[in-house]
Amino acid sequence: MRGSTLYRRMVAVSIRAQMQYRASFLLLSLGQAGVTVIEFFGIWALFDRFGRLPDWTLAEVAVFYGVVNVAFSFSDAVSRGFDLFGQDVRQGDFDRVLVRPRSSLLQVAGSRFAIHRIGRLIQGAVVLAVGLSQVESQMGPVEGLLLVFAIAGGAALFLGLVVLQATLAFWSTETLELMNTMTYGGVQTAQYPIAIYREAFRRFFTFVVPLACVAYFPVVAVLGRPDPLGSPFWFQCVAPLAGFAFLFASFGVWQIGVRHYTSTGS
Amino acid sequence: MTAAALSGYRALLSARYRMVLQYRAAAAAGIATQFFWGVIMIMVMEAFFAVGVAPPMSFAATVSYIWLGQALLALQPWNHDRELEAMVQKGHVAYELLRPLDLYTLWFVRAVAWRTAGASLRAIPIVLVAGLLLPVMGGERWALGPPAGAEAALGFAVALLGTIALGGAITTLVHVSLLWTISGEGLARVMPSLVIFFSGMVVPIPFFPDWIQPLFAWLPFRGLADVPFRLYTGHIPPSEALPTLALVAAWALALVALGRWLMARGARRLVVHGG
Repeated sequence: MRGSTLYRRMVAVSIRAQMQYRASFLLLSLGQAGVTVIEFFGIWALFDRFGRLPDWTLAEVAVFYGVVNVAFSFSDAVSRGFDLFGQDVRQGDFDRVLVRPRSSLLQVAGSRFAIHRIGRLIQGAVVLAVGLSQVESQMGPVEGLLLVFAIAGGAALFLGLVVLQATLAFWSTETLELMNTMTYGGVQTAQYPIAIYREAFRRFFTFVVPLACVAYFPVVAVLGRPDPLGSPFWFQCVAPLAGFAFLFASFGVWQIGVRHYTSTGS
Repeated sequence: MTAAALSGYRALLSARYRMVLQYRAAAAAGIATQFFWGVIMIMVMEAFFAVGVAPPMSFAATVSYIWLGQALLALQPWNHDRELEAMVQKGHVAYELLRPLDLYTLWFVRAVAWRTAGASLRAIPIVLVAGLLLPVMGGERWALGPPAGAEAALGFAVALLGTIALGGAITTLVHVSLLWTISGEGLARVMPSLVIFFSGMVVPIPFFPDWIQPLFAWLPFRGLADVPFRLYTGHIPPSEALPTLALVAAWALALVALGRWLMARGARRLVVHGG
């Protein structure tokens, strides 16, 4: 069986299992949506009070907000297995993964699929759609593709961060929540255009954790407006590649971690 | 309450403190996250202030409000005790019912101990960095300022007691609701959004539109963050502190009464799982 088929089957099993508890699924999804809705209420309140940001309108910020939340919801659904990976290491369950003739990444990723992240996905998609309908730029096929590219790159970046966090468990046997600063904090950061932050932050989120490359530059291109940071159009279009590069780099670190692994089980 | 019972609660309190203090690495990670969060929020507010519209609160007060929120995040009743959830799920809650202590008081003390232990561990480093280190490093504009005066400091201290009582009451209410739902759903899922939003942790309450302010003012959640923080910065003048604090106290008492009533009903119909 090919890896992708296997992964699809694992996800299907995971979804079926979660759907056995339908009320629980609905409540969890609603809770997820609730947490993101309040964030948007906060943004809306500030725009209501101040009218606008110096360079940006509420509709434009809604597009930034939508892209990063949709991207994060995808990675969050896929990465649940890595999120809880510290538990597997502590209890020695990772041994079982290693004796199977399949990639450890595939097995950990397929072990849990968090279907209730659909709450954040729907809420983010609605804000994104409303935002796009209110901005002045025209949506054509190029913009559409770029948007999909940005979201895919964003999901890859967030997945990479969670894989890095899980990799730490090989050394510390607990998943330190330090990476939450980058995942949840990153979502928080990228809900607004990166251009509003100080230069040191912008650099960090462009060159170290390339959040701006997936959630800022391509969105500026989609909005069809000049970038206050002065990036050229071609760069805005290829920038999401940085998200995929980050993901592959994190896979490399993961392999180093796997080689380092010492079982805690008996 | 007898002296023996009282010492039971005191033992519980100190045990909880010692337990929370074990997780220093987790606390360090939490502090880093909250510091980052605070800086991001300050930069967002700075960008909005640059528009030039008359703000409802000065920038310095807004910055202090944000830092206090990050420092005292652990006091907010935005999550529930997983240990207690497991206790209800696995049936160990039966032992709780057998203890010669008042169950509501026991759970309330447990919640207060859990919150204050976590908060004191995290608040001190954040206050030190935001209040002392930042100004030394040339970041006065982003620093946590001192309280507006002696009266403001006193008001803040009293309001903080209100926050702890209110936070304990809400946490215990969520814990009691677990007796019904078992799986940790329901109230436990809705509460985080309500608490974070209506306490002023997402955006300081004065920045919300004027027409919605009465809603914020009458809900209990404001006592968790907005009231102590604005007393601290002097945005609520000390002369107006009494009615505000009285409302917080009334809410805390009402939520304790509600929790007690629900617990009495819940304990009567409780089905203990496991054998």
